[in-house]
Amino acid sequence: MTDITAASDKLHNWASKENTNRVRARYAADRRLQIYGIAAISFAILVLAILVGSLIASGASAFFQSKATLTFFLDPNAIDKNDISNANFRKIVNDTFSKLFPDVTAPKQKSDLQKILSTEVRFTLRDYVVANPDKIGQSVTLTVPLSDPFDQLYKGVVPPRLNALSDQEKARFENRLKNRGLIDVVDGRSFAKINVYIDPAKVVPEDIAAGGFQAILLEGIDALFPNQRVAGIYAIFDDAAAEAIKQHVMANPGVIGQTVENLLVPVSPFYDTLNKGQNPQIPNPRIGGENEIKWFEQLKGLNVLSSPFSTELFLNSNSRFPEQAGLSGAIVGSFYALMVCFLISFPTGIAAAVYLEEFAPKNRWTDLIEVNINNLAAVPSIVFGLLGLAVFLNLFGLPRSAPLVGGMVLSLLTLPTIIIATRAALKSVPPSIRQAALGIGASKHQVVMHHVLPLAMPGILTGTIIGMAHALGETAPLLLIGMNAFITSAPGDILEAATALPAQIYSWSDSPERGFVARTSAAILILLGFLVFMNGIAIFLRQKFERKW
Amino acid sequence: MQIQTQSQLAEATAKSADMTPVQTTVGDKSGASSTDHAAMMRARQVSVFYGAKQALFDVNLDMPARAVTALIGPSGCGKSTFLRCLNRMNDTIEGARVTGNITIEGADIYSPAVDPVQLRARVGMVFQKPNPFPKTIFENVAYGPRIHGIARSKTDLEEIVVNSLQKAGLFKEVKDRLHEAGTGLSGGQQQRLCIARAIAVSPEVILMDEPCSALDPIATAKIEELMDELRQNYCIVIVTHSMQQAARVSQRTAFFHLGILVEEGETSVIFTNPKDSRTQDYITGRFG
Repeated sequence: MTDITAASDKLHNWASKENTNRVRARYAADRRLQIYGIAAISFAILVLAILVGSLIASGASAFFQSKATLTFFLDPNAIDKNDISNANFRKIVNDTFSKLFPDVTAPKQKSDLQKILSTEVRFTLRDYVVANPDKIGQSVTLTVPLSDPFDQLYKGVVPPRLNALSDQEKARFENRLKNRGLIDVVDGRSFAKINVYIDPAKVVPEDIAAGGFQAILLEGIDALFPNQRVAGIYAIFDDAAAEAIKQHVMANPGVIGQTVENLLVPVSPFYDTLNKGQNPQIPNPRIGGENEIKWFEQLKGLNVLSSPFSTELFLNSNSRFPEQAGLSGAIVGSFYALMVCFLISFPTGIAAAVYLEEFAPKNRWTDLIEVNINNLAAVPSIVFGLLGLAVFLNLFGLPRSAPLVGGMVLSLLTLPTIIIATRAALKSVPPSIRQAALGIGASKHQVVMHHVLPLAMPGILTGTIIGMAHALGETAPLLLIGMNAFITSAPGDILEAATALPAQIYSWSDSPERGFVARTSAAILILLGFLVFMNGIAIFLRQKFERKW
Repeated sequence: MQIQTQSQLAEATAKSADMTPVQTTVGDKSGASSTDHAAMMRARQVSVFYGAKQALFDVNLDMPARAVTALIGPSGCGKSTFLRCLNRMNDTIEGARVTGNITIEGADIYSPAVDPVQLRARVGMVFQKPNPFPKTIFENVAYGPRIHGIARSKTDLEEIVVNSLQKAGLFKEVKDRLHEAGTGLSGGQQQRLCIARAIAVSPEVILMDEPCSALDPIATAKIEELMDELRQNYCIVIVTHSMQQAARVSQRTAFFHLGILVEEGETSVIFTNPKDSRTQDYITGRFG
């Protein structure tokens, strides 16, 4: 008691300035902490929004497919009722389409014309006739997809014409030639004034026509910029410029060995157009030439084109042609692989976790096992892929690219996640429940099976679904066991070769066609959709089965 | 156990063998048990170690049938440890070791012939914090009889549940909501539900580990009243921090201090005329 009275002699002054400052600093620190948190969350949301936004921007067009509605006459002379699949459907499609363009007659142009429709149209038509043999002899109207370049053109993803010159090239022309007064327009054609030295080593008076005027022109261009090299400057002139020098020398053979100053040589046509204040353009090489642009405009005028929702994206399997490529094979493959993964890792994971948490003695061995399980969760997934390749494929001889093997590899990946989640869920069941059950004479296994496990189930399910979602998005191990194969049909069972969603995204992202660029983004969106759905189920289950005690 | 003789072991085996099918229902127990103050459970030289640390030193205590035995003492004195030895709940604690001899109706409960799981059905336990299962009231009580195969039919089971709830004095309050969650009851009701759950498996002994420490005085009074009724049929051992409670409900009291059983005897004697000065100091409130 005496100690306390002694200490209270020097009471803390709660009203001092020092104390007020300390309180203020504490509030400021509280506020700062909140601001950091809000900033971090805003940053995360911003990044997510940019990701999803860019995916939607580039992937939205893949959800629609440009199609032409055409009426095909199923000529009974061309299609043998008893041998439908061997009929020449290609000719029927080509003839039907050509009829829309009566003025196209040249064979080369006719064959170019067919590139507007997807190559697969003939198979679509064949499948239709096989399914409806009674339609032979009649006219049928089908809506068939356009080929990828024209699909993109119709959707406005690619323009019909491109700029022939880049901004850099334009600026170079303006700065280096035009602004220095070196460009003249004569008779509506643009010329550049250059000085050329007619090198007698390159041109002999006896045979002027055979002279090296191209080399003379290049030297003259170099002389325009004496102390610096300017990339791409030679493209401003073409063969016509060398020809102009040749004409000049032929007209004035005396200039050989001299320098001709301010010789007017024509610039190439794109720069001529540019000099006249227009933007030089070329037809988009993806589409073809001016003919194709003309035909497409004609087709648009016929009102047969439309751009409906692309069921192909969901119902077709992979294809070489982006307009026909779909995700059904990948979705089914992923589904089978996840089924296998679930069937292996869910019971195994729970059994392992229950044993470790409820029954195993706490000794060095169980510590070792625990450390290793936690380590497994951190092993790069590609290592599991290599393991699957070495063990499941090489040693056990299981089929390549099969969802069975994919699921087995993915289950290696999800097992640690499930074990850790299950153990955490088991740990969170209050000991009072175990005691209550033990206290009325429940055996250890009855305590676990009747009380602890059911109470831990929401946590276990959440962990499992998150592990499954992780497995769904996993690519690297699937690449190693061949689940990135090009498969054009959905697998019928878990032993058939298949691909999976992330592997499909990976192989599409590697394809040059514009259609695959959009489809890659669309496939990512669909994958994200599945992930959101699975996590939604996890949240739903957690809320539904969460119990209070 | 070390001090066990061959004959005792044989007797224990025989006893536990004919006890295995626990068929006697709670009501007709009177004939089976011996005279009122004959010891139902007997502890001899009981010591408990948690790893290297000894928590209980050579405790000798008789717990008579049809009576309440109160274990009192300051925190950490070993009374709960002793209580948990009586139904072998200490077995579930990592590193706990029990030496000495504990018998129920003469049979050693630590004998290899005794199944600790069945022992816990015969020696029921009620915990400090009410811990009903997160199931319905009916399921809470029915769980024990079901896992022990006590009920032969559905009606049998219903009868046991109703009987147990009645004995625990809870039936009137919950008869309309037997199929609602047990966790929805008030604290006192939950504790009585736990008692009903323990009774439902026809135990001979009921251990109570500070059953009222989480309850308000009215709920406490109800539980104490209940204990007084249950004492007619069961051997009850209660750990309590409240000396008033010990004085009110128990017939015998044992005072523990620092792991040693200091003194035990008739409650009236312990509270009015203790032999040991430590007991005197504790019950008069000088420490603890």
